Amino acid sequence: MDTPRTNESNCWACHASLAASPLLCPHCGKVQPSAGINYFQAFAAVTGGQPLLTLDLAALEREFHRLSRKLHPDRFARASEGEQAWSLAATALLNDAYRALKDPVQRTEYLLELKGQGVGEQNAGRNKSADRQPPADLLEEVFELNMQLEELRMNQKMGEDDPALTADLTRAQAHFDGLLAQVDSDLASQAALWDSGDDTARAAALKSMASLLDRRRYLRNLVRDVKDALATPAL
Amino acid sequence: MSENTSIERVVGIDLGTTNSLVAYMQGDQPVVIPGVDGSNLVPSIVALDPVDPAAESSRPTVTVGNTARRSLIATPERAIYSVKRLMGRGLEDVREELKLFPFHLAEDLQPGEVLRIRLGELTFTPPEISAYVLRQLKRNAERYFGSPVTKAVITVPAYFNDAQRQATRDAGRMAGLDVLRLVNEPTAAALAYGLDRAKEGIIAVYDFGGGTFDVSILKLNDGIFEVIATNGDTHLGGDDIDNLLSAVAIDEIFNDHGIDLRQQPDAIQAVRKAVIEAKIALSTQPAALLDLELPGGLRYQREIPRPVYEQLIAGVLARTAAPCRQAMADAGITPDQIDEVVLVGGSTRIPAVRTLVDQLFHLSARGKQPHTDLNPDEVVALGAAVQANILAGSSAVTDDLLLLDVTPLSLGIEALGGVVARIIQRNSTIPASATEHFTTGVDGQTNVAIHVVQGERELASDCRSLARFDLKGIPPMPAGLPRIEVKFLIDANGILQVSAREQRSGQQASIEVKPTYGLTDDQVETMILDSFDNAEADFEQRQLIEARLEAETILAAVAKAPENPAWQLLTPDEVGAIESTARALEAAKLGSDLAIIRLCVTALDQTTRRFAELMMDQAVSSAMRGKTMQVAGDQLHSSDTIHAPHQFAPAEFE
Repeated sequence: MDTPRTNESNCWACHASLAASPLLCPHCGKVQPSAGINYFQAFAAVTGGQPLLTLDLAALEREFHRLSRKLHPDRFARASEGEQAWSLAATALLNDAYRALKDPVQRTEYLLELKGQGVGEQNAGRNKSADRQPPADLLEEVFELNMQLEELRMNQKMGEDDPALTADLTRAQAHFDGLLAQVDSDLASQAALWDSGDDTARAAALKSMASLLDRRRYLRNLVRDVKDALATPAL
Repeated sequence: MSENTSIERVVGIDLGTTNSLVAYMQGDQPVVIPGVDGSNLVPSIVALDPVDPAAESSRPTVTVGNTARRSLIATPERAIYSVKRLMGRGLEDVREELKLFPFHLAEDLQPGEVLRIRLGELTFTPPEISAYVLRQLKRNAERYFGSPVTKAVITVPAYFNDAQRQATRDAGRMAGLDVLRLVNEPTAAALAYGLDRAKEGIIAVYDFGGGTFDVSILKLNDGIFEVIATNGDTHLGGDDIDNLLSAVAIDEIFNDHGIDLRQQPDAIQAVRKAVIEAKIALSTQPAALLDLELPGGLRYQREIPRPVYEQLIAGVLARTAAPCRQAMADAGITPDQIDEVVLVGGSTRIPAVRTLVDQLFHLSARGKQPHTDLNPDEVVALGAAVQANILAGSSAVTDDLLLLDVTPLSLGIEALGGVVARIIQRNSTIPASATEHFTTGVDGQTNVAIHVVQGERELASDCRSLARFDLKGIPPMPAGLPRIEVKFLIDANGILQVSAREQRSGQQASIEVKPTYGLTDDQVETMILDSFDNAEADFEQRQLIEARLEAETILAAVAKAPENPAWQLLTPDEVGAIESTARALEAAKLGSDLAIIRLCVTALDQTTRRFAELMMDQAVSSAMRGKTMQVAGDQLHSSDTIHAPHQFAPAEFE
C-alpha cells in the first residue's frame, strides 16, 4: 500500500473536495489517481469512507454501477494516455473493492488485512498449511472424522459399502455444517461490535474475527472433504 | 455511404473459426459490411496462389475467403482453414488437433516456439494467417466507406486464455489495425440483442460456433451488461462434428472399397466438404445424402437419417452441458432464474442442440423459447459494432450502454512445491488486480523468478503456463529483507499486465517477460514488415491484380449463367443489362484503372442481383420438393456395394 490518502484530498483538475467520491471528482467528473485509496474509501458514498462491516448491498451495487459508467476504460478510449491509465487503475480498484465488499467474509478478511491482522507477508504465494491446523476445541472430533474418512476411502477402493459409516459421516457433515453456521452468526455479531463499539471493543472484535475466520476456513475445508468423500461412488 | 468521414470509424470484427465478418453502426443500427461478392461472410480460409516461376516477385499472392476456398480442394497443401484453433497454442497442445486437420507444421519447428504452418514453400504463424483474414475485412470496410479504416474491436471466445487473446491482438496489429478492445463473443451477442429493448433480468448466451463453445450468464440492468459467470471450451464446435462425420466416412470408404483416403489431402477436403453439406441439410431435413466420387471411378453414397446423425453427434453436444451447469453454479443461480436464452453460432441451427438447450435451461417447461431472431452467424459481429460505437463515443444510442465482463480463468502463481496460489479468481469483473509481495531466499540475491499460470487446477503443471517473469535489479540485501511488490492487472481485454517495485529501496524492479506461448513485440514488428511493408511498395499493383481476379471470377459465373434454368425467367431487358455490364467489365479488366474495374464489378453485381435471387428460389423450391433426396435414395437402394459397417445404421427404405 502506498501512503494512505486522507479524506481531505482534492481533485487534480478543479480542486474540489474528494471526500465523498475519491475516484471520481463529484464536481468536474474527472477520473482521479487511485493510489492509496482503500476499498472502503472507494465506496465512500456508501461507507462514508469508514471501514464498516455492515453494508447495504443494494446501495453498494448502485454505487458500483454509477461509478463504472464514469470510470470504465470504455469511456476513455479517446482520452489522453494518462487518463486512460488512471481509468484502468481506478476501475480495477473499483472492481476489486466491489468484489471484496459485497461478500461479508471477504469484507471481513479485507478489514483484517487493512488492520494488519491478515494472513501476513507472503513468500511467493499464500501459506496453505495454516488452514490445515484444527482449532483446539475440535481436535478430538476432527481426529475421529479423519479416521472415518480414511475408512470410507478404503471401503470405496475395495468396492465395499458400509451404510453405518456413511450414516455416521452424513451426521458428522450436518454437525460441522452447524458449526459453520454458528461461526457465521458469531462473525455477524462481532461485525456489529466493530461498527458500533469504542476503540477497546473494536480491538477485541478484530481479534475474535481473525480467529473466527481461521476457524471458518478450517471448517469449510473439512465439510468440503466430507462432501467429496461421500459423493465419490464406490468403484 | 459516408455520412461522416471526419470522425474515423471504428469497426467491429468477428474473427471466427469458420467465417469472419466486419460490421459498423449505421445510424442507430449495427449492419454487416458485405464483401465485393455481396456476401456478408468471409470464410476464414487463407490460400497461397501458385507461384508463377516467370514472375519477378518470389512471394506468391495470398487469397482469402471464397477465392481461397477453391484452393482448399485444388491445392490443399497451399490453403488453411480453422486457424483460430491454433491461436496462442503450443506444439504439444495441437498434436491431437493436427491428426484431424490436414495441415503441416514447419519441419524446423522447435519446442516452445510459436507454431508455424507450412503453406506451399512458405511458413506462417497462426496470427499471421489471421492477419490476412483481418486485412481482407479491413479492405472490405475501406471499399465500403471509401476511406481508410484503422481502428477496430475484435471479438474472441469468452473462454480464450491470455495467450489466445494476445495472439488475436497481434494479428490485428499485423493487419494494420489498432485493436481498441477485445470483446468476448457471447457478451457481444448479448449487446446486439439488448440494443433494441431496454431489458432487465438474467440472460444466458449459448454460443456454439465452428470451433469454440462459450456460455455466459449476464445480468442486465439499465443499460449495464454485467457478466456474472462464463465458461466454455475453446476446442469444441461444428468442426468436431465435421471431423467425426469425416472420420466415419473415411473409415467406411476404407472398409467398403479398400481405399485409404487419409494420405490424400485433396480427398479429405472433398469428404469434409460433403459432410458439411450433409450436416447443414440435416438441420432442416429428415435425412441427407453423402455422395462422393472416389479415385478410380468408384462412388461412395450413404444416406444419413437424422436419428442416426443425432446419435452420432450426441457426445459432441453433451460436452456443452457441463460448462453450462458450471456457469450457473458459479453465478449462484438455477436454470429457472434465467429469464432469457440467446443462441449464437452456426451450430445452434442443429435441432438436437436446441433440444439440449431447452433441457439445460428448462425453457419449454416454463413456456419460454430461446432468442434466435438475429442471424446466429452475424450476431457477434453486430455486437462488436455496438461496442465499437461505445468506444468511439460517437452516438447517443450507445451512451448508456456499458459492458462489464469477467476473466474466464483464475490467475495464479506457482508457489513452493509446484502448487498454485490463486491471486485473481475466475469470473472476477475486469479490469481486476492483485498485489503480491515477494522476497529473496539467498543473501545478495538480485533476481526473483515468478511463474504465472491460468486455470483451475491445484498444480501449476496442470494449468496453462502464461509467462515467466524475471524480477531483476533487486538491490543486494540479506535474504528475506527485500520486499518486492508485484502488481498483476488483467485489463479490459482480459490480458495480463505486470509491474513491480522493490519497496525498501524504492527502486523500480525491471521485469523481463518470457511469454510461454506467444510472439515478442519485436517478432510482431518483423511480421508486420515481412507480410506488408515489402508488399506496400506494390500495394497498388496487388490491388489491381486482386480486382482483376475478382472480375474474372464474376465473369466466369456470368458466362455460365445461361445454362441455369433461372436465366429463362429474366426479361430481355435484364439479359441485355447483364450482357452490357459484363462487356464493360471485360474491357475494364484489360486496362489498369483500379477504380474503373471496381465500378464495373459493382455494376455487374447489381444487374445480376435478380438473377441470383431467382437462382436461389429455384434451389430452395427444388429442395422443398424433395426431388433430389428421392432420386438419391433410389440410387442408393439399387446399389448393392454399400454396407454400413458401424455407427451409421443400414439405410432403410420402404
